[in-house]
Amino acid sequence: MVAGRMSTPLARVLGLGSAKSGTEHFWRQRLTAVANVPLTVAFVVIVVGLLGRNHAAVVQILGSPLVAIIMLLFIASITTHMRIGMQVIIEDYVHDEVTKFFLLMANTFFAVAVALACAFAILMLSFKV
Amino acid sequence: MAETKAPVERPLSPHLFIYKPMLTMTMSIVHRVTGAGLYFGTLLMAWWLIAAASGPNSYAGIGSFMSSFFGRIILFGYTWALIHHMLGGIRHLIWDTGHGFGPQERERLAVATLIGSIAWTIIIWVVGYLFMGGPR
Repeated sequence: MVAGRMSTPLARVLGLGSAKSGTEHFWRQRLTAVANVPLTVAFVVIVVGLLGRNHAAVVQILGSPLVAIIMLLFIASITTHMRIGMQVIIEDYVHDEVTKFFLLMANTFFAVAVALACAFAILMLSFKV
Repeated sequence: MAETKAPVERPLSPHLFIYKPMLTMTMSIVHRVTGAGLYFGTLLMAWWLIAAASGPNSYAGIGSFMSSFFGRIILFGYTWALIHHMLGGIRHLIWDTGHGFGPQERERLAVATLIGSIAWTIIIWVVGYLFMGGPR
């Protein structure tokens, strides 16, 4: 992010670089990475705790407030994190502008669809109980 | 004047394949690969949650798939990828603070990530089988 002599004082003071988004991308990836650590540990504990249980028990546990809230936070955090991560992969390897454009779109669609599907299922389980 | 010398065959830029694979380099690649795997693996979680929300029959369907040999292989790989990416991510967060870049430190961090991910995957599965009856 070099704001040379050619840039205006405003451009230099904003310091947003060519991507026009500054360090937002970097920061959000780190933020969700930190959140992912305790949430992933909790997710693994929840899944192991549900192994071998029948459907009724799984519905009751997944739909209980604490577990449901942890699952919703986990889903929100990982889908944000994975969208940014896959965007980096696409930007690294896909150099054809049109293909890149569509893949970046597909990436966002996928992340939002997974997030919404998971969150919807959790809410269904919560409010059915 | 002078005759032009035959061009010497050398790489045009430091290309990835001229380097001897190192542990830290391999771990960097593995971090990206596990991340991509986890990305598509979220479909499994979505399937699992939707099946649970849909009712006992749907839930039995995913249960029989997950407890099949193929399903268990996928779940085992998913467990390892999840733990490995998490530990690798913690390594990156340590690096973000400016620490852990020494020649021995970074090597040690890479080894710790690898051993840690394998150990935790085994522990999780042993706990799963012994105390929870395993994926049925």
